[in-house]
Amino acid sequence: MPRRETYNDRVVRLFLLAAAVWGIVGMAIGVLAAAQLTWPALNFDTSWLTFSRIRSNHTFGVIFAFGGSALMGTCYYVVQRTSHARLAFGRLAMFTFWGWQAACLLAMATMPFGITQQKEYAEPEWFIDLLIAVVWVSFGVVFFGTLARRRIKHIYVANWYYGAFIIAVGLLHIVNNLAVPVSLTKSYPIYSGMVDAMVQWWYGHNAVAFFLTAGFLGMMYYFVPRQAQQPLWSYRFSIVNFWALISVYMWAGSHHLLYTALPDWVQSVGMVFSLVLLMPSLGSAANGLLTFNGSWDKLETDPAAKFMVLALVFYAASTFEGSMLAIKTANSLSHYTDWTVAHVHSGSIGWVAMITIGSLYAMAPRALDQPAMHSRGAMELHFWMHTAGLLLYVAAMWAAGITEGLMWRATNPDGSLAYSFLESLVAVKPYYALRLLGGLLVLGGMVVMAWNLWHTAAYARANLIKPILVPIPETIPEPAENQFPPPLPARG
Amino acid sequence: MASRYRYIEAIEKHAGLLGVLIAIMVSIGGLAEITPLLAKARAVEPAPGYAPYDALRLAGKDVYVREGCQTCHSQMIRTLRFETQRYGDYSVASESVYDRPFQWGSKRTGPDLARVGGKYSDEWHRLHLLDPRRVVPDSTMPAYPWLKDKELDGADIQARMRVLRRLGDPYTDADIEGAPAAVAGRTELDALIAYLQGLGVRNASTTEQEIAQ
Repeated sequence: MPRRETYNDRVVRLFLLAAAVWGIVGMAIGVLAAAQLTWPALNFDTSWLTFSRIRSNHTFGVIFAFGGSALMGTCYYVVQRTSHARLAFGRLAMFTFWGWQAACLLAMATMPFGITQQKEYAEPEWFIDLLIAVVWVSFGVVFFGTLARRRIKHIYVANWYYGAFIIAVGLLHIVNNLAVPVSLTKSYPIYSGMVDAMVQWWYGHNAVAFFLTAGFLGMMYYFVPRQAQQPLWSYRFSIVNFWALISVYMWAGSHHLLYTALPDWVQSVGMVFSLVLLMPSLGSAANGLLTFNGSWDKLETDPAAKFMVLALVFYAASTFEGSMLAIKTANSLSHYTDWTVAHVHSGSIGWVAMITIGSLYAMAPRALDQPAMHSRGAMELHFWMHTAGLLLYVAAMWAAGITEGLMWRATNPDGSLAYSFLESLVAVKPYYALRLLGGLLVLGGMVVMAWNLWHTAAYARANLIKPILVPIPETIPEPAENQFPPPLPARG
Repeated sequence: MASRYRYIEAIEKHAGLLGVLIAIMVSIGGLAEITPLLAKARAVEPAPGYAPYDALRLAGKDVYVREGCQTCHSQMIRTLRFETQRYGDYSVASESVYDRPFQWGSKRTGPDLARVGGKYSDEWHRLHLLDPRRVVPDSTMPAYPWLKDKELDGADIQARMRVLRRLGDPYTDADIEGAPAAVAGRTELDALIAYLQGLGVRNASTTEQEIAQ
């Protein structure tokens, strides 16, 4: 008689709550930053409210605080369900929650006061980096510890992506943040100049690859089949894409440094691998979308499925765009312009935020012991606000970026430059205002989601939630070698 | 049938093996691209007259980093005709060997600053940093009025120079001893202006510097 065991959903619920809160905080700072670019008076001549200081609060807030909390929460949810086992090391798991929140709070509270390394997406100073490293290793121990005690022998593909996400982000974080402290609040990186540039964009690009792609693909590979109520379109395809994605991505970082002082061969290698990357990226997106075959009617009835489908469409679109922008000729136009900003946000508001929101809507009722979210109408409203905001934002930044790129390179018939830099800034100001409107819509949608989650959690706040029992599978005998007749092939 | 997928199955059923293989696969790209650069960086000899930042400019560079100027200003003139036409000679790797972290940037909401040194007067920079719209009415740059109020701390600069020397920057004992005197009575604004005025000028060869003066 096997022991009765329950899923540890308490830590999942805490991460869910943290993700909702950080999402609103991070996006609100983004809206402020966008407003400051339209009306500089909104910097208020106050150091800790100034655009150049709070920009990293927006990026860190949405990527690591919002995205990180969502990833860790869903990872704990998924690894338990797919392993038919309770989370290993319950206390350590709780430490990863509080440790991660402490690191995020510390980072958000120090960066506006100039305590920053100013390496893009790795801004927090060395003492916060140390805390992040400790939390991250603990996260890995909990995850692989849970895998070690799984009752399903086969490791489901979502866990492959979560595993790669944990290993690679740990590696990137440590290598990129190697620094020698001068004081508590200042350190110098051990790399300088060109090497620092390469290490930084190896990190920066793969923060996108493993934090914002592999992790969220793990989320996708569990929640999309679950919500579509269909088996994955092709399991084998997902494994092929996995190995291609994790190995090729690591080579592509140098496409952030085209036409710079980085040696030419590194630039060319980065460009080539960026193009190869098209295949696993589009393959993963196709695998997710085709999983909806036979369930496309869910788009009419289930807003969570709608978020997931649009997330996959934007994943395909933004990775396609990324590979195209890595071509040197295209990059000479787009680099340093708002086209980069458009690309990042079609990936983050389109893919990352939408797959997260879809997964949260799928997971929240189950983790909160409810049959469904409190309000379906609010989910619909959120979907349309988010989609409209996303399209407005991305279209405005595309227009701004192409305008800048073309004005910077335009020449008169005599060969002189046609426009001053300032003229290009004046030309894109209206697009900056439009972008602000798009950002406001996305933020408004997040507030609607928070309201909906709050009401869905009303029951959970009033009652002690009955923990969900882990289904203990009966042991299935392994097929003997040369068994006749052979065992039935697995589906898919 | 079963044997064809035996090795794949072994990965799919062993978490440890899966983890090790992931670690190997994700390490290859970085090793292939970064290690050769490290060797190359060691081989590059500093050009003649190519000194690390003096105390005041170092303080200014750290103010530049702290305020996040690279959020909107790159310091990398790309090898493209319209870039060199607008900003001057394209940037080369040896110009940024003393930059920790590097300042190439990723977005230009404002213009590139790699060769801004000497293009405007100190007084222009002072007015511009304190209230950008006073000299450039269409600018969207924030003002940095607090920089004029904060005096530099000589001991702090010395500590920074010592760490940089440990990392390989060739500061002499005289450089470090002279730092407090070099920054005495100067504000963060003075330091930042000194740093900006050195961009693209400081690193040029001695003759070019003489011509510029």
